[in-house]
Amino acid sequence: MNDRSNLDLDAPATPYLDSNELIINMGPQHPATHGVLRVILKLDGEKVLGTECVIGYLHRGVEKIGENRTYTMFNPYVDRMDYVAAVSNGLGYCEAVEKLMNVEAPARAKYIRVVLTELNRIASHQLWLGTHALDIGAMTPLFYTFRDREEILKIFERYCGARLTTHAFRIGGCQYETYAGFEKDVKNFLSFVAPKIDEYEALLTTNRIWLERTKNVGVISGADCIALGVTGPVLRASGVQWDLRKAQPYAAYSEFDFEIPIGTNGDTYDRYLVRMAEMRQSLRIIEQAVNGIPEGPIMAKVPKVIKPPVGEIYHSIEAPKGELGYFIVSDGSTQPYRLRVRPPSFVNLQALDRMVRGLLVADVIAVIGTIDIVLGEVDR
Amino acid sequence: MADEVKSPAPPPPEGEKKPAVEERAAAAASAPAKPTAPAKPAGPVPVPWTSPLVEKYRSQYGSGLDAQTYLGQNYLTVERSLIPNILRLLRDEEQFDYCVDITAVHYPNREKQFDMIWNLYSFARNERVRVKTQIADGASIPSSVSIWPTANWLEREVYDMFGIQFDGHPDLKRILLPDGWKGHPLRKDYGILQQDQEWVQINLGIESGQ
Repeated sequence: MNDRSNLDLDAPATPYLDSNELIINMGPQHPATHGVLRVILKLDGEKVLGTECVIGYLHRGVEKIGENRTYTMFNPYVDRMDYVAAVSNGLGYCEAVEKLMNVEAPARAKYIRVVLTELNRIASHQLWLGTHALDIGAMTPLFYTFRDREEILKIFERYCGARLTTHAFRIGGCQYETYAGFEKDVKNFLSFVAPKIDEYEALLTTNRIWLERTKNVGVISGADCIALGVTGPVLRASGVQWDLRKAQPYAAYSEFDFEIPIGTNGDTYDRYLVRMAEMRQSLRIIEQAVNGIPEGPIMAKVPKVIKPPVGEIYHSIEAPKGELGYFIVSDGSTQPYRLRVRPPSFVNLQALDRMVRGLLVADVIAVIGTIDIVLGEVDR
Repeated sequence: MADEVKSPAPPPPEGEKKPAVEERAAAAASAPAKPTAPAKPAGPVPVPWTSPLVEKYRSQYGSGLDAQTYLGQNYLTVERSLIPNILRLLRDEEQFDYCVDITAVHYPNREKQFDMIWNLYSFARNERVRVKTQIADGASIPSSVSIWPTANWLEREVYDMFGIQFDGHPDLKRILLPDGWKGHPLRKDYGILQQDQEWVQINLGIESGQ
């Protein structure tokens, strides 16, 4: 607390009734910070002059845990980072270890992975939309999105027994074969949710309050995004058409036809539009994938004890929040020598300061929501 | 499972890690026709990475730079003194405009204990490259915040977890752990259990349950 240099907290103490600058704490226990994020705001009246994020309240030492567990044992831990997109985390980790071992999951496993991961992307965006709209004052979308997200969680539950921290994939493929009626459930969900997304849009896209609260709020340019390492929908809303599913395809994404929606202004409203469009693209991907799940095994031939050769690998996927990467160094033993997670939320949160300077306090809430962070992943 | 118990993690690899791999590769290459009977086939090995980029910097910096490819991923191993130049050139001349990640690996038995790793990506080329260097414990490394602003938090995390100092960082302090934390957890010599016992004894006044 004594060296917050960029906030100038060491400025001489001012007498009471100071009319100039005010430093207040937002969080860590604040409903609109989506977890335990503490933001120190430096204010002039209600205008934000600067912010500093204090994070780490949820730090569990995931990387250290990884060094002390076998590759198989660590698999469920990754679900607990971005817990609203656990399937994506698992996909990234399993693919990274597979790459390190130089094995490839069978085609059937890849398709099942794509179906579940894209369902998870929709669930993650739905949760984001509900909470983000709630922060800004629109309460109804929360009920709509949670109602519809339930259908996705039901499919997860039927597939692997868990709803949130699914641990759906294994190194080398999938542990579970699809249950009888899986395809039908997914197809029913597709026809169920497509009109629901229109419903969300009917509530918000032309809603005057929504427009006032999101248009030209938290603007960030594409160049700034790249300099700050921001990825995911935030980068795309700033006009950079970059998605790892297209740029460096993994799993079976190269076989599907879909588009990368982008925005133009890089404001909160564009990020909303991009995520809505992404949900529709995910539906397209799921439809192609679920109709084309090939027959065959769901596990590649991997030894029971995972012992990758000496070496290192970086593998990243397009998680709902941006580039999620795993950097693994193997020393040839059953445990990773070093396991680094490159979390999208952590890196994207760094852009908060750039996005909120000059805005009002209420806009900080909107911007935290629009970056779409999950503190479990920020702090790991 | 029983096998896992029997084979605890071997000591961390040291300098000899790479030569061993290369030897295996050389052995495999010299006798391709004679199938020996190893339990498992030799894994992929690092091969030299040749590209215009590498040629250019090799002619400029000579032996201070080594380029290899492992499993299709390129990395440059450079001397510590070349780091600021190489990183800046990679961004300015080679369009590696996105710094994906900065991290470190600790090898406690090595003279230069730390591997620093910069993971870069170029939007224009759709290519990744990793830049690696070795530094000793207590040595510092120039900060790359002026090259990529995203390095700010990433370097703070490396400092927090490994205790590596970054020269010229605008605000180098812990990021995930509290300010008063002792030690740097991702070092291999960091005692997890001691830390836990101490904390429990001081704060709860009981013996640790671990």
